[in-house]
Formats: sequence, C-alpha cells, structure tokens
Amino acid sequence: MSTISQTLHEAPRRHPLMVAIAMGAAWLLLYLQLEPLSFALVRALPIDQGGHLAGALQFFFYDTPKVLLLLTGVVFVMGIVHTFISPERTRKLLSGRRSGVGNTMAAALGIVTPFCSCSAVPLFIGFLQAGVPLGITFSFLIAAPLVNEIALAMLAAMFGWKIALLYLSMGLLVAIAAGLLIGALRMENSLEDWVRDLQTSPAAPVTADALDWGGRFASGAEHFREIVGKVWPYIVVGVALGAAIHGYVPENLMASIMGSDSWWSVPAAVGLGVPMYTNAAGVIPIVEALLAKGASLGTALAFMMSVIALSAPEMLILRKVLKPKLIVTFASIVAIGILFVGFVFNHVL
Amino acid sequence: MKHIKVLGSGCKKCKLTTKAIQDRADALDIGIELEKVEDFAQIARYAVMSTPSVVIDEVVVHTGSVPNAATIDGWLQ
Repeated sequence: MSTISQTLHEAPRRHPLMVAIAMGAAWLLLYLQLEPLSFALVRALPIDQGGHLAGALQFFFYDTPKVLLLLTGVVFVMGIVHTFISPERTRKLLSGRRSGVGNTMAAALGIVTPFCSCSAVPLFIGFLQAGVPLGITFSFLIAAPLVNEIALAMLAAMFGWKIALLYLSMGLLVAIAAGLLIGALRMENSLEDWVRDLQTSPAAPVTADALDWGGRFASGAEHFREIVGKVWPYIVVGVALGAAIHGYVPENLMASIMGSDSWWSVPAAVGLGVPMYTNAAGVIPIVEALLAKGASLGTALAFMMSVIALSAPEMLILRKVLKPKLIVTFASIVAIGILFVGFVFNHVL
Repeated sequence: MKHIKVLGSGCKKCKLTTKAIQDRADALDIGIELEKVEDFAQIARYAVMSTPSVVIDEVVVHTGSVPNAATIDGWLQ
C-alpha cells in the first residue's frame, strides 16, 4: 500500500508529461460521460419522466458535475501557470512601461498572476516601489480580481464560451481604460504620504523558488484544494437554483424590471452590486437566476462586475494607502466603465 | 533564539502560518520569538509583494503561501 502511494507521489516528478496526458485523458473521458450519466440517473428514479421534476433533476445532475469538472481543470492548470508568473516577475515586466502598452500588459497579466485580495496592498506598494506607473498599477489591480479564471470558467460552463469571452474582453477594456484615465489624472499626490516616501526606496530582490515539474503539479493540486474546496457549495446551490428556475419559474418575470427596455436597469444593477461583497463563484448563481428570469445580458454582467470589482471592504483596505480623493476617483471611473459595458451590451449588441 | 516575524494583514492564511510555525516549534521543543506584523508600513519595509510572508532574523525566507511543516522544520533547525 505504501509503495503504491509512494509511486503515485513520485510519478509527477519522474514522468511529468505522462502524468499530464493521463490526467487530461481521464478528465476528458469523464466530461464526455456526464450527459448520458445524468439521463441514466434520472431514468432510474421513480418519478414522472416527462415532468417538471425530471427536467429540473436532469439539469442539476448534468450541470453540477460539469461546472465542478470545468472549474477543477481550469483551477489546476492555473495553479501550474502561477508557478511561472510570480508577482515579482509581473512587476519587473511592468516597471517603467509607457501608458497604453503598459496598461494593456498589466490588465492581461492581471488574469494570470496569482492574486489574493488580502495581498492587494503589499502588491500595490511593491509595484510603485519598482517604478510601475500609478495608472498601470491600477489597470492590474482592477483586472486581477475582475477577470479571473474562476469567473471565466464558471461563465463558460453555465452560459457558454461566447459570454465568457465577452466578459473577458469587457473586463480587460474596463481595466485598461480606467488605468489610462487614472494615469492621465496624475494623482500621485493622493497616495498616503508614507507610501509616496517609499517609492524612492529600492526594492529588495526576492529570489523565486526554482521548481521542478513535480513541484508545479503540487502547486496545481494545492490551488485546486484551496479554490474548489472553498467554492463548491456556491456551485451546488447555484446550480440547484438554476435547476429550480429551469423547471418551474415562468420566464420573463424579471424582464420588466431588468430587461433592456428600461434605461435605469444598468445603474440600478451597479448600485445594488457595490455594497455586495462576494467572489465570482458566489455571484454567478445570482446572475444565472437574473438571466433566467428575463434580465438582459448587459444588466446581469454589469451587476456581476460591480459586485466583484467594487466592494466596500476593498475600499477600506485601499484607504490605508490612498487618500480619499483617489479612492473616490478610482471607484467612480470603474463604475462608469461598468455602466458603459452594461449599456453597450443592452443596446448595441 | 530565532526571531520570526509573520507578515500579513490578518487574513486567514496569515493566522494559519503563525499557528503552523508555533506548532512546529512546540513539537520540536525549540524556543522561538514569534511576532505577527499587520501594519502595512512595517510590511512594506521588507519589500514583499504577497502575504503571508515569513521573516527570520530580518531575512525574508518565504512569501505568498502557508509554508508546510517540512519547510518550517528546515528554518527552525
């Protein structure tokens, strides 16, 4: 027994490519079996096979493992990607960049750089210390939580790749544009004084740990445990909610309130979203419910973005390094960007 | 006696890190001086970009995650 577990433990280190292929194949096989399995499961139950309950249960049995499996794949791969891109490396790539190119790079790096909102302040300071311009730092800081792999994987699993891609491009657009604007406003004097003084001090070199592939796989597994272990209840509740709506609730219930006809639906969604604080996994079930009840896509996405990108606790943390003027500017610019995204989706697309 | 600081703004992982280090020190019966640094200005002095970070005798040895027991034992011995 111990030799088996030992072999399993050492396998990724010795044959990383083989293990990756085997894991990928197992994942794909499982994924392809989900739909027939869910039908078989519902057929085995003693219920009216053509009824609402059967429809709702089939949706639940298919969607729950599908979303969890997709999330597992994405989170594991991102855990490995994180071992290549440390915040220190991102900072080095961004230091001294011109605005425009720098903002675009910052927003894109925000997707793949490991980021935790509790590290936002040290990261912010670290960027400024290394000579990353303020506007570019903000592009990163907006994109990192807004456009993350969890949000994208869940959007893709629940609403399809098109919506996930739209969310990705709109999120990047908001981050780039807001960072450009904050940079153009030259608000360096609205940093707290102790932060501004730090800018001139040299940053200590931090050596990144050199990892082999075994270590990278371990990082992927650790990321999986951390993320999926935390968000799976949200997913089960979210899909159950979706299943109930799918089976029972009449459509277009919300259309009159959050449909694209009413101009104030987007601002109302953003206004509702700001005081709410949850992660992408928590908000997507709500978005699903909104969409299913007839809210328009722009309104639902604006709501999701405002919940994730703008939150009261984050503002409180940032208050330690930013003066109120800069916080208000930051929040207003991001809010306007989200409003713009909502309106474009509702009226142009 | 080693002076160990855990840098972090009081998030869950920072508390876990502090506890893990204290637990290993107790298990190995090694006396340490453990300090938790939550002030951002103090943290910034060590130029770390992700928390929790571990500083031993003023040298940053670890950033960005909860260290495992083997890593901690390596620091303590």
